[in-house]
Amino acid sequence: MYRAYLKTAFIALIFIASAAAQAQDQMGDYAYDKEIESDGGKINTKAEIDSYIDHHLKDSHDFHLFSYTNDSGERKHIGFPLPVILWSTDGPKFFMSSEFHHDDSGKVLVNKGEATFTKLHSKIYELDNGATSINFDADHHPTNAHRVFDMSVTKSVFGLIIIGLLMLLVFGGLAKQYKTKSIPTGFGRVLEPLVLYVRDEIARPNIGEKKYRKYMGYLLTVFFLIWIANLLGLTPLGFNITGQIAVTVCLALFTFFIVQFSGNKDYWMHIFWMPGVPVLMKIALIPIELIGLLTKPFSLLVRLFANITAGHVVVMGLVALMITLKAQFGVVGSTGLSVFLTLFLSVIELLVAFLQAFIFTMLSALFIGMAVAEHDHDEHHGAAEDDIDEVRERFV
Amino acid sequence: METAYNLIGAGLIVIGGGIGLGQIGGKAMEAIARQPEAAGKIQTAMIIIGALLEGLAFGALLLGKN
Repeated sequence: MYRAYLKTAFIALIFIASAAAQAQDQMGDYAYDKEIESDGGKINTKAEIDSYIDHHLKDSHDFHLFSYTNDSGERKHIGFPLPVILWSTDGPKFFMSSEFHHDDSGKVLVNKGEATFTKLHSKIYELDNGATSINFDADHHPTNAHRVFDMSVTKSVFGLIIIGLLMLLVFGGLAKQYKTKSIPTGFGRVLEPLVLYVRDEIARPNIGEKKYRKYMGYLLTVFFLIWIANLLGLTPLGFNITGQIAVTVCLALFTFFIVQFSGNKDYWMHIFWMPGVPVLMKIALIPIELIGLLTKPFSLLVRLFANITAGHVVVMGLVALMITLKAQFGVVGSTGLSVFLTLFLSVIELLVAFLQAFIFTMLSALFIGMAVAEHDHDEHHGAAEDDIDEVRERFV
Repeated sequence: METAYNLIGAGLIVIGGGIGLGQIGGKAMEAIARQPEAAGKIQTAMIIIGALLEGLAFGALLLGKN
């Protein structure tokens, strides 16, 4: 039963991959028009490498695997388009991103009813009324187009959907197994220790024996979501899900609201009327504690985003050594060096992928634990008031 | 000129973060050497502090980049 689910998932993945290979687009004209920011153009100079890395770090509207130039000199892009969903001045619009023909510089215009769209730096703009082509000011900002409300299934959204389905299949199967067996079989044996690890090492010690069960669902979900997303970012598919600040902001907001809504009386007391300090200090501590409320999720989101972004930039920089060192070391030397260093860094990134998922879950559990911690009401704040015998008993 | 300041700032951040991480790692090693049976707890605390420091350093780097 469970194996059948896994088989279905793998067959679906293979199907997607083969569909990707078949969906070839031939758009020689636009790719050859060598704007630096063009997606999948040939890369030779440092500026082109920089723009390619920038492009990778951003989300994109189509799923691009690789490009090559065929025998007749045409530039071919391998990948598949993703649906574009927009809310324009002319109402909702649906079309596939292949209509942009891999253009990313605002040259290809797509007419849908009354509205005309174009894609510029991975963002979709709608041209103002009467405009027939996009104009730029000195800073390369469009002057006669505006951003639209974009709900497209972008590459990251696509990745998140895949992760969601995968987790539903795999963990749903694992949960079902416990109804009939006490020990899971097959792939579940790999997952069970991880679930137990999150429970025994992260949730229990930080939230407390009594209350941890309520938060296990969130902690497990966020742990495996971040971990799988980080690992997907290391595959050559070019996902950069946790490197999107929107994704990490959303995850941090979840933690923030869960912490605030599970905060008990003592938690709010420690924010608005800190016990055990003089009255003037109590008042001075209020703004500090309020800022502290916000910096906790902020540091969560920045840490995840910056770690993954930094990892991707370094990996891509090392891949680019192939091109930048070609003059000094020759093709074989520079490629060998690049492969060696990239392999080395990828192994470190495997560790970072796990560590970031662990840290995010751990700190979420810690913040939740702070919010739900129960204080004994006769507990003293400050060691000076403690009975010296009691202190000795505690430490000896 | 502004870019140069940014780069100097980024360098300072990395130096500060390096000193901090070194302190955390070194002290954790000492603590584990003194009390090997508490290695697990010390390691967890070390990773949390390391992550907090890293978040700070990365945040400063990001702000410095723009």
